Amino acid sequence: MQVKEYKPLIVAFCCNWCSYAGADLAGNNRLNYPADVKIIRVPCSCRVNPMFVLRAFQRGADGVIICGCHPGDCHYTSGNYFTRRRMAALFSMLDYLGIEKERTRVEWVSAAEGAKFAATMNDFASTVAALGENKRLEDLRCKK
Amino acid sequence: MRKCSLDSVNSVFAEIAKAAALYIPADRTDGSAVYTKWEEGVVWSKALNTVRSPKDFFFPQMENLMEFRTSGKNIEIVDTRSEAEDFVVFGVRACDVKSFEILDRVFLTDPVDSYYATKREHGAIISMACTRPSETCFCKTFGIDPAEPAGDISCWKTETELFFQSNTEKGAALLAKLEGVTEECTEEAVDAQKEKINAVMAKLPLADVTTEGFGGGKTKDYFNDPAWDELSEACLGCGTCTFVCPTCQCYDIKDFNTGKGVIRYRCWDSCMYSEFTRMAHGNNRLTQKERFRQRFMHKLVYYPENNDGLFSCVGCGRCLAKCPISMNIVKVMKKIGGENK
Amino acid sequence: MQKITREQLIEKAAALLAGGTVTAVLGWSKGEFDYDVTPAVFHTAEELNKDFVWNDFCGANFSKYLVAKAAKEEGKVLVFLKPCDTYSFNQLLTEHRFDREKVYAVGIPCEGMADIAKIKEICGEGISSIDCGEKIAVTTIYEDEPVMIDAKDVLAERCVNCKSKKHVAYDELMGEEGTVIDSARFDEVAKIEAMTPDERFAFWQNELSRCIRCNACRDACPACTCEKCVFDNPNSGVENKAPANSFEEKMFHIIRAFHVAGRCTDCGECSRVCPQNIPLHLLNRKFIKDMNEFYGEYQAGEEVGTRAPLVNYTTGDIEPGEVFDRRDTDA
Repeated sequence: MQVKEYKPLIVAFCCNWCSYAGADLAGNNRLNYPADVKIIRVPCSCRVNPMFVLRAFQRGADGVIICGCHPGDCHYTSGNYFTRRRMAALFSMLDYLGIEKERTRVEWVSAAEGAKFAATMNDFASTVAALGENKRLEDLRCKK
Repeated sequence: MRKCSLDSVNSVFAEIAKAAALYIPADRTDGSAVYTKWEEGVVWSKALNTVRSPKDFFFPQMENLMEFRTSGKNIEIVDTRSEAEDFVVFGVRACDVKSFEILDRVFLTDPVDSYYATKREHGAIISMACTRPSETCFCKTFGIDPAEPAGDISCWKTETELFFQSNTEKGAALLAKLEGVTEECTEEAVDAQKEKINAVMAKLPLADVTTEGFGGGKTKDYFNDPAWDELSEACLGCGTCTFVCPTCQCYDIKDFNTGKGVIRYRCWDSCMYSEFTRMAHGNNRLTQKERFRQRFMHKLVYYPENNDGLFSCVGCGRCLAKCPISMNIVKVMKKIGGENK
Repeated sequence: MQKITREQLIEKAAALLAGGTVTAVLGWSKGEFDYDVTPAVFHTAEELNKDFVWNDFCGANFSKYLVAKAAKEEGKVLVFLKPCDTYSFNQLLTEHRFDREKVYAVGIPCEGMADIAKIKEICGEGISSIDCGEKIAVTTIYEDEPVMIDAKDVLAERCVNCKSKKHVAYDELMGEEGTVIDSARFDEVAKIEAMTPDERFAFWQNELSRCIRCNACRDACPACTCEKCVFDNPNSGVENKAPANSFEEKMFHIIRAFHVAGRCTDCGECSRVCPQNIPLHLLNRKFIKDMNEFYGEYQAGEEVGTRAPLVNYTTGDIEPGEVFDRRDTDA
């Protein structure tokens, strides 16, 4: 029997004004990044409620990454500064509950950084792949 | 009647566990007791009772009913129940044993709830007479004798020994299996124990709480009582009282979308919650006062009205001990009943 | 034993009622036993004399009740506030949750509240009376002589780690002004942080698995004042009435603590009311500790109108990825 190669499912929340365009640029430039990265477009990285992160894990994600504009470049002036504080608190809490810290990440990727987007996704996907399946924040009902 | 020494109680547990899963009250890391599956090393708790009632065994907080799976235009309905296995619950207090009778009347009357019925058939209850009731106990109010617990087998504990008396066929069959680890005995020690318990019961601070004035047909007397305002004033609307209650039997049926199908499950609901009995038109109890009133009227008036005068409270005292604001059925009975007697 | 007496409080409340300053008094009402105290609204001196109590079991934080009661009563409401309650009081004012003009706050000193569970550990079930004097005298129906307990041996966890005896809000203060205490309240958090991830996971798995989702922690919390909680809203997609599995347990508790992060004054009501003894305050304190370390010391409710750390920012804040490095280099 052939063993199916384990490929982690990554959910990437991407800001409409930067990272989402960055992903487009990566595509236009034919840069590879794993197909298991599922991009969810958000109007600003600060639209990401902690609940989104948890629900992504519930629905089967093995890693969650939030991409926004570089600090200072937010389309709405300050949205990403709030993201930064919020996610710092949330990630620290997840770590406190014993959930692998490598499963969550925040990265600032501008619309011009197609190469950074692809590199970030490749790096994050391989980090998560090394951890294996998400067991600590899984909802078995969604895995059947 | 049979007995064993308390030192050898583990061999009795081992004997029962050979044939069926055995659950006994054991201490948790936080110091309170919980029914735990017995295996070598699990120690019988000295606590008076568990925080969660044993209704969990027959009516669990959360239970999958069925699953829907779709493929193309077809919907497949899947029965997710697994084969039920025999189990034994040991150490159930008289009040909690009585709670099964109250739940039975809800789930085993037509239409019979097959999920509940299967578990009732497969479960055996070994009850335990009380030795040191708490100030929050008021089972006598509802005609329950903590010295004479019902159940398939009743047990009494003295300083050194444990006595067994079977009450049902199921109990007799179970007790027969324990012949090797118990010995035949007379009832003298148990009679003495019963007397001791009865003497303690008379001293309890809630010994004078009475159901007088409550029961079927009293809806109009109490429904518009102004005291409900005052009683419900501080209620936070949490579900603690209903979730620790051995007789609360309301549940909600909900669908969980797994992304690949739907799991239909039921879970305990609480009349204290704002979403309780929500219908298409909205909610029929809009304030916490109405929700609060519902809980106590159900236990003291509506339920007895439909069930030959049987109250749906057993006086276990869990809500007295656990309510965050210490409002409870005893305070309600004294206030509402006291005014209208 | 409390420094201020029941009689002094009744006298104060009765005088304010008689003088017309207030029309209602939010206070503690006596129960069946000496420890089951219920919050209640009193309107007359007779009611106060009959049922008002003040002893070592008056733990309930009244600040949250003001949201409903201040709007309901016609005149002003008198509320007695212990030092920790005043922080919640300020926090609710910051969030414009009640009308300050409708409230007359009287600060009362507090020597710490007793935990009935700890008392029962010492003297068992069957308590017939508790007398809070120099020592706490507990009589049970099983013994003739009362058991004498040192109040400090049965202090509630939140009082052992009391953060302040200072009243940060009041119209009138009874007794002396206290001070902020340099407490050891973050020690327990630090202990968990020092564990390995596996140990932490096992620790919280064990604690949170007890949750019965009664929502008492949320409903008692003075910071949780949403009119419709996301977990009660059938349209939210996350509404659930029972912890279906360990994921839902974690989600509820993470979100509950997160939603009050920066607004939580660490009053400890969540842990007090939990019927399953889950140390919920350790989740809230983790957020407080983190935010103190990341963004500078901040005490919610210390002043009215301050900006909580999560609704504020500086351009040089710590990056989410760096929060772990910081800890790893500390260790």
